[in-house]
Amino acid sequence: MHAIPLDYETLRLIWWALLGVLLIGFAIMGGQDLGVGALLPAVARTDAERRVLLNLVGPTWEGNQVWLVLGGGAIFAAWPALYAASFSGFYLAMIAILLALILRPVGFKFRGKVADPRWRATWDWALFIGGFVPALIFGVAVGNILLGVPFGLDATLRPSYAGNFFGLLRPFPLLAGLVSLGMMVTLGAAVIAARTEGDLADRARGLGAIAGLATAVIFALGGVWVAYGIDGYVIASLPSTVGPSNPLGKTVVTEAGAWMNNYAAHPWMWTAPALGLAMPLLAAVALLGRARVAAILAAALGIFGIVSTAGLSLFPFLMPSNIDPDVSLTVWDASSSHLTLFIMLGATLVFMPIILAYTAWVYRVMRGTVNAESIGRNPNAY
Amino acid sequence: MIDMTVVDLSRLQFAATAMYHFLFVPLTLGLSFLMAIMESVYVMTGREIWRRMTLFWGTLFGINFAMGVATGIVMEFQFGMNWSYYSHYVGDIFGAPLAIEGLMAFFLEATFIGLFFFGWDRLSRVGHLCVTWLVALGANFSALWILIANGWMQNPVGAVFNPDTMRMEITDFMAVIFNPVAQAKFVHTVSAGYVTGAMFVMAVSAWFLLTRRHVALARRSMAVAASFGLASALSVVVLGDESGYAATEHQKMKLAAIEAMWHTEPAPAGFSLFAIPGDQENSFEVKVPYALGLIATRSISGEIPGILELVQRAGERIRNGQIAYEALERIRADGTDQTARATFEAHWRDLGYALLLKRYRQDIGNATGEEITQAAFDTVPGVAPLFWSFRIMVACGFYFILYFAIAFWLSCRHQLGDSRTFNWIALFSLPLPWVAIEAGWFIAEYGRQPWAVEGVLPTFYAASGLTLVDLAISLTFFLVVYTALAVVMVLLMLKVIKAGPSAQIALEGAPGGNGRIPAGAAAHPDH
Repeated sequence: MHAIPLDYETLRLIWWALLGVLLIGFAIMGGQDLGVGALLPAVARTDAERRVLLNLVGPTWEGNQVWLVLGGGAIFAAWPALYAASFSGFYLAMIAILLALILRPVGFKFRGKVADPRWRATWDWALFIGGFVPALIFGVAVGNILLGVPFGLDATLRPSYAGNFFGLLRPFPLLAGLVSLGMMVTLGAAVIAARTEGDLADRARGLGAIAGLATAVIFALGGVWVAYGIDGYVIASLPSTVGPSNPLGKTVVTEAGAWMNNYAAHPWMWTAPALGLAMPLLAAVALLGRARVAAILAAALGIFGIVSTAGLSLFPFLMPSNIDPDVSLTVWDASSSHLTLFIMLGATLVFMPIILAYTAWVYRVMRGTVNAESIGRNPNAY
Repeated sequence: MIDMTVVDLSRLQFAATAMYHFLFVPLTLGLSFLMAIMESVYVMTGREIWRRMTLFWGTLFGINFAMGVATGIVMEFQFGMNWSYYSHYVGDIFGAPLAIEGLMAFFLEATFIGLFFFGWDRLSRVGHLCVTWLVALGANFSALWILIANGWMQNPVGAVFNPDTMRMEITDFMAVIFNPVAQAKFVHTVSAGYVTGAMFVMAVSAWFLLTRRHVALARRSMAVAASFGLASALSVVVLGDESGYAATEHQKMKLAAIEAMWHTEPAPAGFSLFAIPGDQENSFEVKVPYALGLIATRSISGEIPGILELVQRAGERIRNGQIAYEALERIRADGTDQTARATFEAHWRDLGYALLLKRYRQDIGNATGEEITQAAFDTVPGVAPLFWSFRIMVACGFYFILYFAIAFWLSCRHQLGDSRTFNWIALFSLPLPWVAIEAGWFIAEYGRQPWAVEGVLPTFYAASGLTLVDLAISLTFFLVVYTALAVVMVLLMLKVIKAGPSAQIALEGAPGGNGRIPAGAAAHPDH
């Protein structure tokens, strides 16, 4: 085998960061569309208004959703143990997300093909569920990971799961779900406010400001809860950070407030929660002040801060186990092999800039205000 | 012990969702290229009818594409949900092509599909044409990486088992990419998609001609589909043969089962045209002498092993695998045991065979001779279903060549579309590419059983430890949602076809961009 130019520990760190990039990418790019979906019934009241919203996100939402698909693929490729244990453990929650996500492509495509109001109202509900449910459940999943997930690994590293669906719906994860929903709704509202006119934009500004405020408040509440109310996890002994990916070799202890340890050790990390708290508030102010671009930027930075906060708090954990903490999955023992991480890094470095470039170009081509007139010209409009 | 009911239901769910997803994929693959060809003609000639054709087929493409996306998301996550041990065991290799598919292909396709529909009056003609080609390219790249992933399950090259991480790990990524099985499957599968797209365009156009509507559009569409279809139908059969050839190298058991060939025959073996496969022998068969040996080994002397001989070999490999398994247990107990590592190194390639015994007992080192024989017979997939689905697929394949050859001949004589008989045939042939493709996937996947990864990981051993309730809920959900969507989709497609291309005319009045109608186009109403 050829020598790999980057050592295993560095590659594991890079892939931890890339996992964050992909999740943040999805939360911002896909999140704006989920937010618009969740806002659909509240912001747009008539069929004409709803069509404006659907055609606002219509040309770009499919590309944005690939961030989620790529996130799934990248977890599979870089963190197979996490992919195996989390998706099988959260089985019914995943089924709920899939149901919601299945409704989206067909909802967009099918809704406009029949003029019957009941037909359209049905798909409006489908699109609302398709935005609201995933936005909520993604946060619930992260909240559960912060609490620890009831999974085990046997000697052959086969995952088993001791919880059930309703066990996921504890108060703290539900709070985390609200933060996730709130931040995506804020961004969705900022996008609507920037690119529509009249009542639509006004309602989006109002609801977006409320969502931004609520996001900041609930995020702060969650932060206090994490610091004082729940036990974090700490690695007590670890064979090596460059050893084979086998989670059975280490020991892990739980400790009150341990999720704050990284911030104490590395004060620069406070930037993340600071952004998570300040930016949704700033987005709310910018929305009310009709600062279009600032509102979008602030809402997106808020998402960046919030997702980063979760990742930095957990580090080096990816998914702690609350029934057998020693088998918790961490950055040091749940990754792919050294070679796979390197190959996947190469593929990412080649393709990610290309993806960002053509995504930006598509947004540029489709820029401008969306209104009834701009939709009317296109027979392919939703 | 592993709950076999959960395993069987997980297999049912995966098979159903994958086969359902693959109802939409081939049409996406084929129709995207046909649209790109039509739009190219539009850009080169400036004739408005070619743009209208692109728009009309594009609307049907869009409905199909939405279903493909909706059902495709499920596939990306189902490995982890239902096959968690599979995900752990081979994720180091299998995850990479899936992730690269996202990076290289799906992003491309999904980002430009929006511009395809919304960019008509915002892009130059050439700009929009590029977008259409990029969508087609993205769809085909997507198929490439998915088939590299699937090809690895059929022929797991470039990887070894690492006893310290209890999983397969990659050693040679190039071997995974250039896996001959993956390459043959890719060309075979995308060609099948092109045939599907061509048959679809032929059938819908034939219906327009039978009802005497949109004649100009239908005739031109048929002409494009006839030549595209003929090339694809030839490619799918010629390169399907290539898949069979690959099977003798890596999947002898699948080939023997497809042929219901229980005993090794003197070379070159005969090809069974018809047989009634029974238990360990066929009660009736009609054979073409020498044909199979020639097709599969490309020689008159190459011998193709029969099922029972392969079962015997499997028994030997199980015994060998027990040695590997025992050594692995010693490594787990003491990672520094170098003799155990050496023993494992020598025998690990048969570890997967020993795992077949897990169905019968946990301590597989103590398996009885009877259990080993049972496990060896487990390596035989269901012979009769494979035998028949292969023949259905091949019959369809040859029918497509004949069908497109006639269409192409008629097209060369400028008579394509004139014959009502041929138009009726075209209309009723519409389901056949789907029949052939689903049969083909059935052969590939069911024929690989009992393995999730050939010779490496038995399917039952790869499943998640879910409960029956989990599976009952998810299966019910898929049944209800997928059935409802299928009904809605078909009704919408019929509605769009009924409305015909005139529904797209609205765009022609659009100001600016490429919306202007070239002189003369208005004088040629297409109905």
